[in-house]
Amino acid sequence: MRRRIPRLLFALLVAGLLGACATSRDTIVLLPKDDGSTGAIAASRGDAEILLDTAYASARPRLLGSKLKRDTADREKLDKRFGAALSAMPPPPKSFVVYFLSGSDDFTEESKTAITSLMDELKQRPSPEVTVIGHTDKVGGDEQNDALSLQRAGRMRELLVGMGVPPGSIESAGRGSREPLVDTAEGVDEPRNRRVEVNVR
Amino acid sequence: MDRSWILRIVLAAALALPAMSVMAAGVGLVKTSKGSVTILRNGKQLPAPVGTSIEAADTIVTGKDGSAGITFVDNSRMALGPGSRLAIDRFDFDQKTHEGRFDSTLKRGTLSAVSGKLAKHSPKAMTVRTRSTILAVRGTEFLVSTR
Repeated sequence: MRRRIPRLLFALLVAGLLGACATSRDTIVLLPKDDGSTGAIAASRGDAEILLDTAYASARPRLLGSKLKRDTADREKLDKRFGAALSAMPPPPKSFVVYFLSGSDDFTEESKTAITSLMDELKQRPSPEVTVIGHTDKVGGDEQNDALSLQRAGRMRELLVGMGVPPGSIESAGRGSREPLVDTAEGVDEPRNRRVEVNVR
Repeated sequence: MDRSWILRIVLAAALALPAMSVMAAGVGLVKTSKGSVTILRNGKQLPAPVGTSIEAADTIVTGKDGSAGITFVDNSRMALGPGSRLAIDRFDFDQKTHEGRFDSTLKRGTLSAVSGKLAKHSPKAMTVRTRSTILAVRGTEFLVSTR
């Protein structure tokens, strides 16, 4: 019986080491954004906390104890380990603005380009979700502009449904003249405010 | 105004567009799905092709040959590599105020993530856990792996 105690201690020690090893396999890496800037992530384990705030900064739990080790990730190894996850990432949402003729829900001729790129974008996206927000300039009363902004959003919605986007995947709203792109005095006929903003996710 | 050009664009696009599923009232949507991808929901294992709605409390599982990409309603994005398991522990998002919470746990595998409106609104709103570590995501793009 006496001989067994050291063995038990040994077994417990081995189990403890294995347990520590099992958690040591975690890796956390902060990536730079597309524009080159980086955000920040606070990684904590027990009482230990480290802040990752530079490109490719990484945190790994230490083999023993409850500490975290700060490091810089090897980019080649990252590509190998995270390649599949990185390439499965859906693209970021994209916005489009389409402009309208004064007091009407007819698109301007110039909006053809934006509509074409919107359609191209939708074709590339699997299962796209779309939000459509209509706006007006500051000519006319609130009630009239609320209705017109909704009418403009409705025109865009029809167009989207016409090209096969399911109505359930489109959210639309009208904001009247309350959210101008260019702030003007009341009654100003500003073409840049007569618009529909479309966001594709 | 001559509207025929709009009609031409729409018809051309409609013919080329693949069938798209209708979005359900979930917290996210599967946007890429390769190989074996399933969701564990209420004890059931469901296939998760592109267009599958993700609900809070779902666990997304990829097989050895699998990978999956998800967009969430706050514009967060997450993608899993092969042999991964990600549990959505909590997801609340207020579209108007951008307040809420997004907690998830990577139980196995590799995760690539980009935070959205929740983390932008509050640095405490988004967390990702592994067995050993808790991440508070202030922004924006990051990778996590666990075995």
